[in-house]
Amino acid sequence: MTINRKDFFKVLGITGASVVLGKDLNAAQKRDDKVEFSGILYDSTRCAGCQTCESSCAEANGLPAPTETIQAGVLRKTDESHRTVVNAFNSSKGEAYLKKQCMHCNDPACTAACLTQAMYKTKEGPVIWRGEKCMGCRYCMVSCPFDIPKFEYHSSNPKIEKCNMCYSRLNEGKIPACVENCPAEALLFGKRRDLVKEARKRIGENPGQYVDHIYGEHEAGGTGFLYLSAVPFEELGLNPSIQTESYPGLSKGFLYSVPTIFVLWPAILLGIREATKNNHLNAEENE
Amino acid sequence: MSNTDFTIAKDNDGKSILQFLAGELKPRGKFLTPFNIISIPIIILGLIIIVIRFWKGLGSVTNLTQEVPWGLWIGFDVVTGVAFAGGAYVLTFMVYILNVQKYHSIVRITVLNGFLAYVFYAGALLLDLGRPWNVVNPIIGNSFGTSSVLFLVAWHFLLYMIAQLIEFSPAVAEWLGAKRARKILSGMTVAAVIFGITLSTLHQSGLGALYLMAKDKIHPLWYSEFIPVLFFVSSIFAGLSMVIFEGSISHRVFFDQISEENHKSHKGIMVGLSKICAVAMFAYFFLQVLVFVHGKRWDLLGTPMGYWYLMEIFGFVLLPMLLFFYSYRHKNVNMIKVAAIITMLGVILNRLNVTVIGFRWDSAIRYIPTWMELVVTLAVIFTEIWIFRWVINRMPVLRESPSWVNVKE
Repeated sequence: MTINRKDFFKVLGITGASVVLGKDLNAAQKRDDKVEFSGILYDSTRCAGCQTCESSCAEANGLPAPTETIQAGVLRKTDESHRTVVNAFNSSKGEAYLKKQCMHCNDPACTAACLTQAMYKTKEGPVIWRGEKCMGCRYCMVSCPFDIPKFEYHSSNPKIEKCNMCYSRLNEGKIPACVENCPAEALLFGKRRDLVKEARKRIGENPGQYVDHIYGEHEAGGTGFLYLSAVPFEELGLNPSIQTESYPGLSKGFLYSVPTIFVLWPAILLGIREATKNNHLNAEENE
Repeated sequence: MSNTDFTIAKDNDGKSILQFLAGELKPRGKFLTPFNIISIPIIILGLIIIVIRFWKGLGSVTNLTQEVPWGLWIGFDVVTGVAFAGGAYVLTFMVYILNVQKYHSIVRITVLNGFLAYVFYAGALLLDLGRPWNVVNPIIGNSFGTSSVLFLVAWHFLLYMIAQLIEFSPAVAEWLGAKRARKILSGMTVAAVIFGITLSTLHQSGLGALYLMAKDKIHPLWYSEFIPVLFFVSSIFAGLSMVIFEGSISHRVFFDQISEENHKSHKGIMVGLSKICAVAMFAYFFLQVLVFVHGKRWDLLGTPMGYWYLMEIFGFVLLPMLLFFYSYRHKNVNMIKVAAIITMLGVILNRLNVTVIGFRWDSAIRYIPTWMELVVTLAVIFTEIWIFRWVINRMPVLRESPSWVNVKE
C-alpha cells in the first residue's frame, strides 16, 4: 500500500476531526443518561442458610458446585471457585447466617487501584473484571478492604474471580442468579436508592427484629450490597472498622500532588542549577 | 587494563562494529572466581524455577495467599530494590543541580547501578504478574487507569529508565568510539537529570502511596498517611548507603581501573556522603517520631510488634545515624561502611515491615516466602551483578574517558 503526502494529511485530518467530534458526542450522551446504581439487599433475619444462592451462583458462572455444608463457627471464605459463601454464626440471638460476596462499592478501591481499568465500576452499579485488560498485578486484592478479588494461583492463564452481580444476566434483562433463586426471599434486587428505603421501612416496622443499622449504607463510602441483621454486624464476621469515607480517597491527596510536583520541580531544579553554576570555581577553597 | 580504552577506540576504526561487539561479548579475566562458582548455579536454578512459575502458575513456586497477594518479589525486589537505586537521583542532584563537583567521579557508576537496578527489579515485577502479556496495556492502548498509584509508578519506572539510560549513554558512546553521538547524548544529560529527579521524587514516594488504600491491613505502627513522605526521605539515605557500600566493594574489585586522582578523593567522598546520610536520617527519624506522637500510638509499644518497631527505629535508624555523625566528625571510613550496612539492613527491615511483615500481621496463616522465591530473588541480584561487572570491564565507568573526550564538560 502506498500513501502520498496529500492523502496522508487527508487521513490525518479526518482522524483528528473524528477524535475531537467523537469525544464531544460521547460526552453529550453521558450527561443525558441518568442510570442509577443497582444493588442487592440481603436480610440476614430471613436467610435460612440453605446455600441455594451458592449453587445457583456456581451454575450461572460456570464454577464447580459447592460441596461444603455450613457449620456454625466455621468461617468459609470466597475463593477462586466460590464467588459467594454463606456462613453460620452463634450470635447473641441464636444461630444466624451471613452471605458474603463482592460489596460493589459506590467508589471501589479495586477500580481505583487498577492501572488498566480491568476492574471496572459499570454505570449500572456492578463492579466487573475484564480479563482482556488485566495484567494480573493483584493490586486490587491489596486494596480491597473486604478481601473480595481472588486470584487463580495455580493457573498459567490466571483469572481474578469475584461476584459481578451477574452483569451479563442484567444485560439480558434478568436479575442476579442468587436473588432469583433465593427461596426465603432474603435477597432483593433493585435500585440502590429504593433498597435503602426498603431497608429503613423494615427496620421501622419491626424495630425489635433488627439492629438500627444498614451495613453498606455508609461503609466504604456506600456499597451496592446492603445488609440487615438482628444482631450487631461484628457478630456476623463483618469488619466493624471499615471507614465510612471511600477508600480511593486515601490516595487522592498523593495523586493530586503529582501534577504540582511535575510542574514545580523542574523549574525549581533549573533555578538552583543556575544559582549554583559558579560553585565549582570556589570548590577548591571548600575542600 | 587502564590503557585499553585507547586501544578499543583505535581498534574500532579498523574492525567492523559487529566484529567489535562480538569480541567484547567474550568473557574476560578468570572464570572460576568464588563469585562465579556461587552465582552460576543459583542463576540456573532461578531460571528453572521461573520456567515452572510460568508453566504451572504463581502458586506452584510461591507461598502467596488470597490475603497476602504481594510477597517477597514485590516487597523486596521492587519496593526495597528501588529504594536502594535512589542513590542515582541524589548524586545527579548534587553534581548537576548543586554543582558539587566533588562527587563527579562516582556519578557514572551510581547511574549505571541505578539503571540496572531498575531494569532488573522492575523486571522482577514481570515475574510476579499473573497475565504479563497484558503489561503493555497501561502504556499503550486504551486502558489507562489514571486513578491508580500503580499506573503512575509503572509510567515513572519506564520513563526513569529512559532518563537514566540517557544519563549513562555518553559512556556507551565512548566505548563504541562514537564521537558525534557522544556529543549529542551528553548534551541531553542535564535535561535527563532534571526529568529523572522529578520522576524519582514521585515514584519513590509513590511506592509508599501504593499501600495507602490497605489501611486496615497494615499494622498501625507502620501505616500512616505519611508513608509516601517517609518512603521518599528514606530513599535518600537508602540510595547513598548503597553508593557507599557498592563504592567500597568496586573500589577493591576494580582497583586497577581507578585513576590515582580518584583513589585520593575516595575518602573525601565517603566522608561527604556520610554527612548527607546523617542529616537525611535525622530528618527521617524526626518525621517518624512526629507520626508516632501524632497518631497517639503509645499503647501499641507494649506488644511484640511494638518491640519490633522500636528495634527498627532505634537500632536501624538512630544508631546508624549517630555512627554516620561520629564517623563524619572523625573521618573514619571503616565506621562509615559499618553505618552504611546497618542503614541498608534498616531500610530492608522497614520496607518489609510495611509490605510483608506488618501486612496482615493479624492473619491466622502468615505468609513466609518459599525457598524458591528466595532463589529467584538471589538469581535476579546475581544476574544484575554479572551485567554490572561486564559493563564496568568494558566501558569507561570507573576508569577515565578515552583521550578524545574533552575533559571540560
